This record gives sequence, C-alpha cells and structure tokens, in this order.
Amino acid sequence: MVLSHRLAEWAGHAPVLEEEVALANIALDLLGQARILLSMAGDEDELAYLREERAFRNLQLVEQPNGDFAHTIARQLLFSTYQRFLYEALAGDPVFGPLAVKAVKEVAYHQDHAEQWTLRLGDGTEESQGRMQRGLDALWRFTGEMFRPVEGLALNWQKLEERWLASVTAVIERATLRVPGGPRTGAWAAGAGREGLHTESFGRMLAEMQHLHRSHPGASW
Amino acid sequence: MSGDWPLWEVFVRSRRGLSHTHAGSLHAPDAELALRNARDLYTRRSEGVSIWVVPSTAITASSPDEKDPFFEPAADKPYRHPTFYEIPDGVKHL
Repeated sequence: MVLSHRLAEWAGHAPVLEEEVALANIALDLLGQARILLSMAGDEDELAYLREERAFRNLQLVEQPNGDFAHTIARQLLFSTYQRFLYEALAGDPVFGPLAVKAVKEVAYHQDHAEQWTLRLGDGTEESQGRMQRGLDALWRFTGEMFRPVEGLALNWQKLEERWLASVTAVIERATLRVPGGPRTGAWAAGAGREGLHTESFGRMLAEMQHLHRSHPGASW
Repeated sequence: MSGDWPLWEVFVRSRRGLSHTHAGSLHAPDAELALRNARDLYTRRSEGVSIWVVPSTAITASSPDEKDPFFEPAADKPYRHPTFYEIPDGVKHL
C-alpha cells in the first residue's frame, strides 16, 4: 500500500505520458494486492487510514521518497524482484497461496519494467548512469530488512535472499553499474520497519494519505 | 525528452480475434518499450492477446490524391467481385 501511494505521486509528473501510465498501472496492481491483504487482517479502510505511523509494518524501503526517476526505478527493481520471489515461494501456502498465484503475474511485469529501465538508464548516458547508480547506492542499506524472517511465514528466507541477490546482481551488472558495496544489515542499515519504526518522510506521507478520512471519520465513500 | 522518442503504430489481436487491428500509436525509445507501453495503453492486460509494434516511418501509406484510381470500385464490372459463389456450410471466418 505504501509503495502504491509513492508511485501514485508520480501521476502527472512522469518523464513521458507512456511512463506515467506504466507507473500508475503498477501502483494500481499494488493497491489491489494491499486491499486483499488488509481485508484478510480486518477492515481495509480502518487499517489504512486510522493507524498511526508506529502501527505500520511496511518495510522502510517502500516508504522512501521517489527522488528522481532513476531513484524510483532503483526502488522498483530492488522491491519487485523481492516480491516476485516471495510470492513464488508463497504459491503453495494455505493462507496466502491464492493471492500469491494472482499477484506473481503482476509483479513479474513490475520486475520486467524495472529491469528494462535499469538497463536503459545504467547503460544510457553518463548522466543517467550516475543517477541510476546513486539510486541503488542510496537504497541498498534498506534491502537487508526484506529477508528478516516474518512471524507466521514459514519460508526459507536465506534461499529467498540468495535468489534475490543473484537476480539483482545480474541486472545491475548487465546495466554496466556496480553492485553497491555498503552494508545491507547491521548498525548502518535499516531494519525496523516491521517493528513500526519508520523513516522521517513516512509520517508526512501518512498525513497526506489519511487527511480526509481523519477530518470526516466514519463517512462512507 | 519525448521529442527524441519516435512514433510507433500499434496493432493488437484480441484473444478471440483473427487478425491484428490497428489500435493506435504511441511514443517509445525502442521496440521493446513500445511493446510494453502498448500493453499498458491498449490491452489492459487481458491475457492471450498479441501485439505488434511498427515504427511509423516503416509504413508507406497510399496518398489521398490517388484515392480514385486506388479505391473507386469498378461497379459496372460485377465479374470482378466474388459474389456468384455459394459458400458451403462449414466454411468459417469468411
């Protein structure tokens, strides 16, 4: 849901009209997945609009501001690759299986979109290459959090991480970029989104997202 | 940016369709992204469709000035039209 909101912020601001449609499409897919997940947990509107920042459990990666286009694409590459392998691993799950089977098709497209743009920007001009590299460098420390085991999900997290790293590395290298060298876990990396600790810009994002609902609580729409 | 992006024509064959139909056009930097943009813009991802993209510059069009010699049918020569055949049962898609 959080990433969907971030992508929706691109509406009207994308580099070209075609790309705007693509980003909006991805945002809509993600919102659809969020609705199913939130509905499984309770009332989707209540969960989206009435929780405080500390009650949100999203990864810190997805709440990162859009930055420039390359920054957004870097976030998409890192996250959609993760989502794809995660949903693939969940396909046989009794609870999340039905959602995962449907969603994996969507996120495969998101991953393809991000890879296409990573290759073009990375292997594009000096300027686009610099921006793409900066995007990856800036977001790299948020990626370790994705593979910290989640309670109630019996998955081989280590295998998931290996697949993710291999896939992302291959794309980054094909795009003539380098895999960021910084830490992905530990003291210099992020990792507390699942515990409700978020980065500074997230609160502002929530304020904007929840404003209307909080001004007129209980209204039907 | 879009000034550098050439125009592409998009042809889509729907799942039950028999031929590709011109759906519209779009701007894209290359064929692969044209295909993806076409999928977002013109198919709404209904599955089982086929998309062709063609750079607009690759298309040669007939000139409106030559409309008459090109398209005016010779109505006084009915033997030019295949209208005297009975179509057997079982022939589809005609």
